[in-house]
Amino acid sequence: MTKKIFGQPIKRSEDPRLLTGQALFIDDIQISGMLHAAFLRSDYAHARVRSIDVSAALQRPGVVAVYTAKDFSEYWRPGPLQVPPPSAIPGAVFNARTLIPIAKDKVRYSGEPLALVIAESRYIAEDALADIVVDMDPLPVVTDLEKALEAGAPLVHDDLPSNLAANVKQERGNYAEAAAKADLVIKRRLHIDRGAGGAMENRGIVVDWDEKAQSMTIWASTQAPIPLRNSIAARLGLSDTQVRVITPFIGGGFGPKIMTSMPDDVLLPIVARWLKRPVKWIEDRRENFLATTSERDQLHYSELALTKEGKILGLKDVFYHNTGAYDPYGMTVPLNTQTHTMGSYDIPNFYTEVRMVFTNKMVVTPVRGAGRTYGVFVMERLMDEAAKELGMDPIEIRLKNMIQPDQFPLRTGITGQDFVENVLDSGNYPATLIKAREMVEYDKFKKEIQPKLCREGKHVGIGIVSFVEGTGVGPYEGARVAVDTGGKVSVATGISTQGQGHFTVFAQIAAEQLGVDIKDVRVVTGDTGIFHWGAGTFASRGATVAGSAVNKAALMVRKKILEVAGRLFEVSEDKMVLEDGMVKVLDDPSKCMTLGDLSAKSAPTRGITPADFEPGLEATAYFGPPYGATGQGAEAMVVEVDPETLEIKIQRFVLVHDCGTVINPMILEGQVQGGVQMGIGNSYYEQMIYDENGQLMNASFMDYLMPGSTDMPAKMELGHLSTPSPLNPLGIKGVGEAGAIPTPSCFVQAVEDAFPELKLHILDVPLSPSRMFEIVQESKKKI
Amino acid sequence: MKPAPFDYYAPSSITEALDRLAELGYDGKVLAGGQSLIPAMNFRMAQPAALVDLNGIKELDYIRSAPDGGLLIGTMTRDSKVEHDATVAQRAPIVLEAMPHIAHPQIRNRGTFGGAMAHADPAGQLPGLAVALNARFLVKSKTNEYWTAADDFFVGPFGTVIQPDEMLVEVALPALPQRSGTCYRQVSRQKGSQALVGVAVFVVLDEKGKCQSANISMLCVGERPLLAREAAKVLVGQLPVAEAIHAAADIAATKEIDPGSDIHATEEYRRYIAAVLVQRALTEAFKRAQSRGG
Amino acid sequence: MSELVPITVTVNHVQYEREVESRLLLSDFLRHELCLTGTHVGCEHGVCGACTILFDGESMRSCLIFAVQANGHEILTVESLGTVDDLHPLQEAFQEAHGLQCGFCTPGILMSMVPFLEENAHPTEEDIREAISGNLCRCTGYQNIVEAVKLASEKMAAGKS
Repeated sequence: MTKKIFGQPIKRSEDPRLLTGQALFIDDIQISGMLHAAFLRSDYAHARVRSIDVSAALQRPGVVAVYTAKDFSEYWRPGPLQVPPPSAIPGAVFNARTLIPIAKDKVRYSGEPLALVIAESRYIAEDALADIVVDMDPLPVVTDLEKALEAGAPLVHDDLPSNLAANVKQERGNYAEAAAKADLVIKRRLHIDRGAGGAMENRGIVVDWDEKAQSMTIWASTQAPIPLRNSIAARLGLSDTQVRVITPFIGGGFGPKIMTSMPDDVLLPIVARWLKRPVKWIEDRRENFLATTSERDQLHYSELALTKEGKILGLKDVFYHNTGAYDPYGMTVPLNTQTHTMGSYDIPNFYTEVRMVFTNKMVVTPVRGAGRTYGVFVMERLMDEAAKELGMDPIEIRLKNMIQPDQFPLRTGITGQDFVENVLDSGNYPATLIKAREMVEYDKFKKEIQPKLCREGKHVGIGIVSFVEGTGVGPYEGARVAVDTGGKVSVATGISTQGQGHFTVFAQIAAEQLGVDIKDVRVVTGDTGIFHWGAGTFASRGATVAGSAVNKAALMVRKKILEVAGRLFEVSEDKMVLEDGMVKVLDDPSKCMTLGDLSAKSAPTRGITPADFEPGLEATAYFGPPYGATGQGAEAMVVEVDPETLEIKIQRFVLVHDCGTVINPMILEGQVQGGVQMGIGNSYYEQMIYDENGQLMNASFMDYLMPGSTDMPAKMELGHLSTPSPLNPLGIKGVGEAGAIPTPSCFVQAVEDAFPELKLHILDVPLSPSRMFEIVQESKKKI
Repeated sequence: MKPAPFDYYAPSSITEALDRLAELGYDGKVLAGGQSLIPAMNFRMAQPAALVDLNGIKELDYIRSAPDGGLLIGTMTRDSKVEHDATVAQRAPIVLEAMPHIAHPQIRNRGTFGGAMAHADPAGQLPGLAVALNARFLVKSKTNEYWTAADDFFVGPFGTVIQPDEMLVEVALPALPQRSGTCYRQVSRQKGSQALVGVAVFVVLDEKGKCQSANISMLCVGERPLLAREAAKVLVGQLPVAEAIHAAADIAATKEIDPGSDIHATEEYRRYIAAVLVQRALTEAFKRAQSRGG
Repeated sequence: MSELVPITVTVNHVQYEREVESRLLLSDFLRHELCLTGTHVGCEHGVCGACTILFDGESMRSCLIFAVQANGHEILTVESLGTVDDLHPLQEAFQEAHGLQCGFCTPGILMSMVPFLEENAHPTEEDIREAISGNLCRCTGYQNIVEAVKLASEKMAAGKS
């Protein structure tokens, strides 16, 4: 490829619309006759529902309908399992208890819907919520992961013998033997607490059923338009062709918008069909915290067995994963943890066991990082703990155990979220760590800067960690590329976009292959009426998998162009070139044609065509990798802790990342920087706090704190290495979660380093000044 | 999150507003900047039957120099106007010190000086300052008007002496005497987020440079801004040296406040940080008092 | 219970006369009554800043103002800045510096920056970072937003000279 466009920091074509307020988001949709929905949600986290009296609500002017579970009769059933169970893993136990659309006999989390009000406005619908009288018998609540598995714990699902949702054990080698031979075994308990996706746009759905056309159009701010379309069609007994899901611009995804079995996904299409009027539901921020899925909240009991020289012999990690009240998303998050615990290191013996637990909290499904963060946290913290005991420096111990460039592909023996063995495809792991060390000037900091500031009474510390990021998983995505008779190129793919720049990135790929100006490429994402095969935007796979499909389809179109032009100009394909939107014969300037004209010639409206004829310059292609590509990198930061207030400030920040081939460096950096914001949030600000009654204490931005501009380091210095992935023709690896994954482990290492005299062992995140105070007080007692 | 319905009144004069409040009694609620009330209404935690909107009353929007050298600020003066006013900078610099901590500029463009006082958030910076400065509040009703001292004005969490048919019309900040110093310090999780603890101090030195008075006002440590009177006693009559300041800070933090634990900080941290902030604020305020000497 | 209140509001230099419920939030009025959907709603409690507009030239949260309170006042929303074919220098700068990803928080940031840049023609990065601290973004990590505003200040200064 000539690489004129691919690899360039091309400005995004979607920006002018977004910048001028002309981009369509879900709540911008206004259809004549549209009604508005609101959910009455349970305050109790666990209770039996005795009765729900909606009669007063029905009397309120402006209320069109009020529904409870009994109104849905045969439609009422637990939703589908969105991700298959881990039956590929021997011995896996999985109890599927999927989301129910609206509470019938029992509520299992605070925020679970009890009734659905449809009214002329959202204001009136909310008024009607207060009219509904619910009679509930509260039940004992279970929120603690370990207590939930004790005998006699209240059962979230009465038909199960316990709150065990799943149990998966995986092993590489034999940990017990390795530990027996070890000079040192580090055992620690670690915890990362729950955080929200926190997209600036809340979820929403608009459903429009056309009774005359017998077809349904759904606008949804979803990361999975095709699975959503399929499940709605199936549920309503409609053909896929009768249901179209269109994603407008989406104000951030980050994971929770991958769900397709949320109460609104299930109930609004049913209701729209009954009422024969369009219905809109837009979540508010309180609901987003309370009743949209979130993630994190895993408790780890981990062990690292090493020689006294610091060589790792084995790793063991037994952990509890809080799935909340239901487990509609299978084992994705904990499986990601299992495949990421060994991280960047060559660990011959690894035992990992997850006990997934039902509790009376909101359901957990992936949020940026999606389980990888804890795997990395466990590994990096154990490394640091071992380093302290052995008197080794953090970089030394990491390099000693790191996977070397000549070890790829490395089969880990651990099955991941795509149900195949996690194989590390390529990379240069030592190189990213060394580069991060150079960029942050680690040695200078330790030898000169830190001692000097320490003498002045300051507490500054440095952290440096290594991480892997599983990306680009299957199963597949597809794309259709076509050149129309006007010479414009259209690209369609099934995945949707939440700000990652797909419109531009996919256009770059197509433009490069077809030799057209990027302005002449129009990308459509997330409209099942235009492209109806695919899985969704998750696991940092958009550019990798859908991008590869776009590339494949573009190459097929390129081939067609050359075939058609070759016949026309009577030259062989290697004598022609595609550039400036034309096909040109290299040695004969008189023989050239615009792609538009060629397209017209390739789809005649009169005459005869050959037997194997396919009209147009169009091709559809699918791409599925054999397994996901693994990005990798290293992060380093310098923090300063105010010795009095114990407030922590990040003074320097470096992240080196290897995501293989880069399509658009500007978009890549944006993705990494954005992930860092969430990583810093998970380290120091963000914590969804439930009390012992299962009540979420901070369901608003006033009390759930997300990093603002002044909470971020003044400059995020990004470095890049590129080891192209052999798993797709473009050599791409995903990068969407890179900023979030390593940050908590790097942050705490740096904070510990700021108090060398206290010898801290910080094994829980997030931190806060108050938490630091507790930590410092506790450690002073030990000295 | 949409608010519940309410009847709406938009008087254009103080008299009209007071008439309306007299009429509405317990049903009526004053709407000033709305930056605290409207979020509560959007959450439906507040559902007033009627709102009396003061935003159209121009006669409540003023910053005047008081003859005694202090300031008179009308209730509906926007926080941002106060923040950028040259006379306020001169006569009540502590207000400018606290303002950048109060939410964000977009909130301060709408929020009002008097509204914050009447709202009486125990975590509010402006009530805390008012108590430190011995501010006075002018409250009016249709038939009555009276002045009250800040320390008497605030009665509890989100509670003041204001009755349903009354409203706050003016805040008077006294003149800062010679050899006085003020200082505001706080710790919050983020810029603009609620303080974990805030301290506003107002100290005066005598001609010998000894502490004549010390108002140590603290927010987020009780049901309303608290004055640390015992701590002040330790300072009065003493030279403001580090040991005395330290002792005062200690007393304030251990004996005079009642901070709770919440999701953002434990009681222990709040007490600890209260001592740190009182020490920092007093040290700086005394320094300023010394440079303002006569 | 509540009757409709007649209001006259000037939005983006156009005068509108409408009758609205007193409780209708200004954000909803702009978006659904006037169909100016560029102003976005993120939280309805005044923290995220996505709904920021200019009210008589000052930046404010439209989710914390009732539409009836805008009677007789002038509102400017993001639609007043520029068009797809004729971007305001601030909007140009955001595109060039990749200061937006999903774009949801962007209109609120742009409207916060309009008065800021009018008063601060040559802001430092620190000034800018402080100035945007009242707007939450989940996508960008803010670094490119700061660069975009810096670039905008340079463009606007060059434009004036």
